[in-house]
Amino acid sequence: MKSIARGHWGPGVVALFLGLFLFVFLIVPVVKVIYVAFQDPNTGALTLINFVDFFRTSLFRESFINSLYVASMSVVLSSAFALPLAYFTTRFNFGGTALIQTLGIIPLIMPPFVGAVAMLLLFGENGSINLLIDEWFGFTIPFMEGLNGVILVESIHYFPFILINLSAALNNIDRAMEESAQNLGASGTRLFRRIVFPLAMPGYVAGASLVFLKVFDDLGTPLLLNINNMLAPQAYLRITSIGISDPMGYVISVILVAFSLLALWTSFLALKGKDYATLQKGGGGLMKRDLGRWEKIGCYAVVIFILLLVLSPHVGLAILSFGTVWSYAVLPDAYTIDHYFRVFSTSSQYITNTLLYAGLAATIDVVFGTAIAYIVWRTNLIGRQWLDYMAMGAVAVPGVVIGIGYLRTFFDYNVPVIDKPLASWWVIIVIALAIRRLPYALRACMAALQQVSVMLEEAAENLGANKRRTVARIVVPLMTGGIVAGFVTSFATAAVELSATIMLVSAESDAPLAFGIYEFMQSASGRGPGAALGIVAVVIVGLATYASHRFIARKEAERTPGIAVTTGV
Amino acid sequence: MAFESANGAMGVMIENLSLSFGQTEVLKGVNLEIKPGEFFTFLGPSGSGKSTLLRAIAGFGPRPSGRILIGNDDVTHLPPWRRNVGMVFQSYALWPHMTVRRNVAFGLEERKVPAKDIRDRVDAALDLVGLLELAERRPSQLSGGQQQRVALARTIVVEPRILLLDEPLSNLDANLRVQMRREILDLQRKLALTTIFVTHDQEEANTISDRIAVLNDGITQQVGSPMELYDEPENRFVAHFLGTANLIDGAVQNRDGKTVFAARDGTIFPLDGAQIEAGDQRTAMFRPQSLRILSQSAPQEDALKISGKVEHREFLGSLFRYSVRVGENMLLVDDKHHVGRSTFDVGETVMLGLDTKQVRILTK
Ligand SMILES: Nc1ncnc2c1ncn2[C@@H]1O[C@H](COP(=O)(O)OP(=O)(O)O)[C@@H](O)[C@H]1O
Ligand SMILES: [Mg+2]
Repeated sequence: MKSIARGHWGPGVVALFLGLFLFVFLIVPVVKVIYVAFQDPNTGALTLINFVDFFRTSLFRESFINSLYVASMSVVLSSAFALPLAYFTTRFNFGGTALIQTLGIIPLIMPPFVGAVAMLLLFGENGSINLLIDEWFGFTIPFMEGLNGVILVESIHYFPFILINLSAALNNIDRAMEESAQNLGASGTRLFRRIVFPLAMPGYVAGASLVFLKVFDDLGTPLLLNINNMLAPQAYLRITSIGISDPMGYVISVILVAFSLLALWTSFLALKGKDYATLQKGGGGLMKRDLGRWEKIGCYAVVIFILLLVLSPHVGLAILSFGTVWSYAVLPDAYTIDHYFRVFSTSSQYITNTLLYAGLAATIDVVFGTAIAYIVWRTNLIGRQWLDYMAMGAVAVPGVVIGIGYLRTFFDYNVPVIDKPLASWWVIIVIALAIRRLPYALRACMAALQQVSVMLEEAAENLGANKRRTVARIVVPLMTGGIVAGFVTSFATAAVELSATIMLVSAESDAPLAFGIYEFMQSASGRGPGAALGIVAVVIVGLATYASHRFIARKEAERTPGIAVTTGV
Repeated sequence: MAFESANGAMGVMIENLSLSFGQTEVLKGVNLEIKPGEFFTFLGPSGSGKSTLLRAIAGFGPRPSGRILIGNDDVTHLPPWRRNVGMVFQSYALWPHMTVRRNVAFGLEERKVPAKDIRDRVDAALDLVGLLELAERRPSQLSGGQQQRVALARTIVVEPRILLLDEPLSNLDANLRVQMRREILDLQRKLALTTIFVTHDQEEANTISDRIAVLNDGITQQVGSPMELYDEPENRFVAHFLGTANLIDGAVQNRDGKTVFAARDGTIFPLDGAQIEAGDQRTAMFRPQSLRILSQSAPQEDALKISGKVEHREFLGSLFRYSVRVGENMLLVDDKHHVGRSTFDVGETVMLGLDTKQVRILTK
């Protein structure tokens, strides 16, 4: 009887705990932020006066327009990078396909702000490229001037979101869709316009809204490029300079959340009711054709150009980290490894903190992710869907908003024993990272759980294992690949998170890598060490990503022979 | 050669058609002549090249060698969109972003038919398949059978020269399959449209086809009406693929002025009356229903009597199928079942009677 009772109550207790955690660390802070935005700062009454003030201030109006402009233009520029690449790989027998696909992990292994300063040195007014252009042609191009810089840096990093989604959509098109159109007399551009393009559209829109959301919410890139007249930097600056009670930071937060929701809603609408996959049984992608000689040269030229552009922040960062003095010159005057020495001797706490925070956050994410996935798919607890909704809701909450929300909510709460406000204890950084990355881990866990047949669990229960033992011995081992993928995605992105962390770091000794890079990059003499720290971050994240790919590939290889592969008649 | 019939139906001529995917040769010199207005079927196991052949007629897949003629028109090197052949895909390939009406109108729009005519012709085609009232739906809101009908309407509305159907029934459940194959046949007769149908299911092929080409391993094994193929298979493959067959290896010999078949294990089957050339490396083929189990008491007037031992027995409803060991061979014997009929047990020794007129000698 006892084990039955435990089997019955176990999931409920876990669900309750998870619900409480999400409520306290996601819902309460966000609601608090929204509430304060609508509160009169003096009387505490509900009012719209803060929003009126916001739009009456020309700096805020300008910031609002700038954020919209930068996000939209980044979508345009990202599309310009992604469209040709997606088209080449799905349409032609093209040797560069694997190369292009690996581009997909670029935004994962280095967030845009890390390379922003390096981009300034390469593409800025007195950067390497403009120095060369000026020497050869006598003019310069304002690649990095003002908002252009933000747009360029963001596009270079986020265009893979469009590339991945669009390529997936193109590859999912059943070849028969195209063939039946040809059979009925369509060919060439008409075929593309009437069949291929509409079928790929939802994938494109999904990718584009993600780019919009990421760019609109980004704090680190504008800060590092010293562009303050955008929304996220304004929110940060108001809170850090004027204080936690200034209402403008909250108003901006509400606007950021609203636009994030709008972008997600757009992507939801684009995909809704268009689960074209169910109607397209064959898959297999479009017909591919061989390229002619000149076409091939053209394709490679485009691919190499985009590739160079995409890798330029990394290359620039590497040069910067090894360079002595680099200004008004195409390349640094001399090379040294001193920056690395300096980083490792004086600032190694950034690295250890990052490993600790990101490791803890990712662990929390996969444990919670697995639990939520299991509760949602395998139990019939009332309201279990809400766990999923709450956890996924974090996608729509920008880091700045989490940061402000935590400061506001947890500053008054003193942690016992250490006697410090919870908002300035390092653990709060871990929680913020865990909450922000939970959606990624949860998606990975859900996908993994869906591949575990219920029958495998029933077989274990039939042989006497209770729910808890079944989960531990059957479900979790079978989900390992997905859990590892979730862990690494969480870890890698948490390791370089800046927007929430920058607000929650209260002491240098508690700061992680991203914060360290930001601090270094503030001064010209810190650029070298900052770049070295950036390279360390890229290496950590790159290694983790590579290791997980290897691990997952091996898991897959172990599992596939057991599954009979049958092809249709 | 007259490849166009009076009502405009067209024939198809396939001459020495070969086709490879990279190094793998999938079609190896196929020759076929399909008559105008005929309901013709490619039948063969999975992987035999049926789809590849059908798709080659529509202009899809690698460039083949040989020739394909539709009517008197050599289409071998025309791209798919210039061939005007209608193809219904196995997955239906309805475009999910268009309504039923837009799907059906597509081919007419590509042919620059005036808008008013498009409307009328789409209505007529949808009416023909009984789906006029669902015209504004999306494909995802239709059942499998309805999707199938839309795919048919979309294809026939452009009045193609011939109709190609690649396993069109394989995604439907059993009852619907029987109903749809009748509907397809009715439609084909009504339109007098030369139709090529691909299936791996011999029952489907037998019930629907005027003639069948049996394909295996990229070559046609035999072409004929369903009954011809069943009764007079030319090789072991066809004998096996269409129905159940007893196949016994041996030689045709002349003994005392009589033609007999000598099986490897020495069993002699007299082949009286038949005009068969003597020769080694032959195979005798007869269907299980050509064998009878003789009760010991019954009058025994059969041409051949052999004794054997029952090793298996399967009840199939209308008949019992016995596996009887005769020397080295296992023979299948069908015994019609009716209430009160006595059965034979496993292990029992029985006498078999063979109607030798039913025996066919295969050289391959
Ligand atoms: N696109 C392709 N690439 C390589 N081989 C193919 C391709 N399509 C079919 N084949 C091969 O050609 C052979 C015949 O295939 P198919 O015509 O589809 O057979 P069927 O329709 O009779 O089942 C198979 O062995 C299959 O593996
Ligand atoms: Mg096939």
